[in-house]
Amino acid sequence: MKKLWISLTYLVFIVLLIIPLIRIFSGSWAEGWEGFVEALTRPQSLHALWMTTIIVVSVTLLNTIFGVMLALYLVRATWLGKRLKQLLNSLVDLPFAVSPVIGGLMIVLILGPNTIMGVFFEDIGFKVVYALPGMILATLFVTFPLMVREVMPVLQEIGTQQEEAASTLGAYSWYTFWKVTWPSIRWGVIYGVVLTVARSMGEFGAVLVVSGNIMNKTQTATTLVYQDVENFNVLAANSVALVLAAVSVGLLLLMEWAKKRKGH
Amino acid sequence: MHIEVSNLNKHFGDFHAVRDVSFTIEKGRLIGLLGPSGGGKTSILRMLAGLESPTSGDIVFHGKKVNELPPQERGIGFVFQNYALFKHMTVYDNIAFGLKVKKQSKDQIRERVMSLVELTGLKGFEHRYPHQLSGGQRQRVAFARALAPEPQLLLLDEPFAAIDAKIRHELRTWLKDMIERLGITSIFVTHDQDEAIEVADEIMIINKGRLEQKGSPWDIYKNPQTQFVASFIGESTIVEDVSKLKGFEDASVWPGTKALIRPEYIEVGKRSEFRIASATEPGRVKHIHFRGSEWMVEVTVGDTTLITYRSLEKEVLQPGDEVSVLVHRAYLFNDNDSWIMENKLKEDPMPIHI
Ligand SMILES: Nc1ncnc2c1ncn2[C@@H]1O[C@H](COP(=O)(O)OP(=O)(O)O)[C@@H](O)[C@H]1O
Ligand SMILES: [Mg+2]
Repeated sequence: MKKLWISLTYLVFIVLLIIPLIRIFSGSWAEGWEGFVEALTRPQSLHALWMTTIIVVSVTLLNTIFGVMLALYLVRATWLGKRLKQLLNSLVDLPFAVSPVIGGLMIVLILGPNTIMGVFFEDIGFKVVYALPGMILATLFVTFPLMVREVMPVLQEIGTQQEEAASTLGAYSWYTFWKVTWPSIRWGVIYGVVLTVARSMGEFGAVLVVSGNIMNKTQTATTLVYQDVENFNVLAANSVALVLAAVSVGLLLLMEWAKKRKGH
Repeated sequence: MHIEVSNLNKHFGDFHAVRDVSFTIEKGRLIGLLGPSGGGKTSILRMLAGLESPTSGDIVFHGKKVNELPPQERGIGFVFQNYALFKHMTVYDNIAFGLKVKKQSKDQIRERVMSLVELTGLKGFEHRYPHQLSGGQRQRVAFARALAPEPQLLLLDEPFAAIDAKIRHELRTWLKDMIERLGITSIFVTHDQDEAIEVADEIMIINKGRLEQKGSPWDIYKNPQTQFVASFIGESTIVEDVSKLKGFEDASVWPGTKALIRPEYIEVGKRSEFRIASATEPGRVKHIHFRGSEWMVEVTVGDTTLITYRSLEKEVLQPGDEVSVLVHRAYLFNDNDSWIMENKLKEDPMPIHI
């Protein structure tokens, strides 16, 4: 009986993960190295990968800074009322509860070209929806809980005493943060960064809604794969997907390493 | 540092944790804050440190009100109950922290840290991390770290609570010597009366957020001013109606008054052991317990059971023995007042006037 379950687990694992990966791999190499390179060097592929890179980098930066800050406020700030903290705390999880497509839609509804705010931003020469800022915003929305939820438990666990000790020794908050708090939360933050990178690289729904998926303008790697599949360009779709998959595997390994370090 | 605290109050929400506490501490004294858990000792210490702000009342250091001063500016050293060492820093870096904050030169820091390492007997452990140290060593690192920036006032929250009994005793003596040598004003918190009595120059008894009494250990023992202090310091038996005991008959004029009698106020023995036999009364040994260095004797007199100690040198009593009991004094208290009453028969009953 136990054996059966184990074999079944392996089977599911193989069917859901390994076979698709092999298919992507073989699909992208169907016409050899040349075909793979050609698919990737199409202008729209290069552009899409570049867009994805920009989004990943900016979202990860923003999410790290604001995520750590919010985690600090939620755990440490005594001047935030208990109620307000609870409210913020549950708001953090909102993106987990809401479908990314709905998240994207919310941004369109608030900042789209037909809204007051959208018009305002457009007037000052800053297009949000159907442009890069909107895509970054959408991805940020989707990934926001990741950092906060990684860092908060670590902060709770280390408690306030070390920081209080630092303050009685004359250190102010900035110094205390870097010398005392940061070394303790560092691995949690790294873990959060890895998750954010992975998630923002793979985000599809929210970005699709916000970007309009305009080739060579607002197309990311994932939405390009989608379009290639739609156009029956399986080879190109597989090639771009392979790049994404390779980065993900790299991240996975990095995460394993971070997890191990975090344990120390 | 000279410290003056007046009408200090602290509320946590609806809870009144510290109530109207006032005291002054002279420079160089070693003060013990003693009281049961949850009494507000830590809260008082944290307010002195600036880690908690008082709901009302003043804290004055050196004649200067420091209520609004953040902990960084108060010139205090704080040793936390579980030390709160920086766990990712070595012993050396822990001790150096306060000096690095002050941007002292590397050489100055090294010199100061090494002298503290020497002073606290941590030589050879400078490069260890906190998790590689024993409880006693951690405590000394915490102590050295707090002392490094040369604070004017040292605050220690239950410094020995997390250390096992045997080493605790050594550390107490060590800490007392150290603080005396440095001459730094210090306040330490404890819920252990032996510790307070042994270490402190002066004790402040804190109960339910109130300062019950402040004085030298001997003073507090001898002249407890509240019932709580009397029962908290030392051992004692509460006697409902003390007028039934010989020599205390006069107590019957104060109805509703109870008595607290310490073991050391009571003598038991064979009748022949007493000089003034008339002040004693008969009792019966109920139980005896061997306590390592003496016997603990439970003796019944009428319908009250009293507890006392008896030297191992004296003849061993047995349960059931008829004995004489002499009560030297009792601590009387009622709702409004408390005072000490001596056994009136202890003075020679028939003084001979010449
Ligand atoms: N931050 C806080 N919030 C709410 N209640 C507190 C807080 N700190 C202490 N208390 C309460 O105040 C009382 C006194 O606590 P404390 O000063 O730690 O006592 P002690 O150190 O004498 O054991 C306790 O009942 C405790 O629960
Ligand atoms: Mg306490």
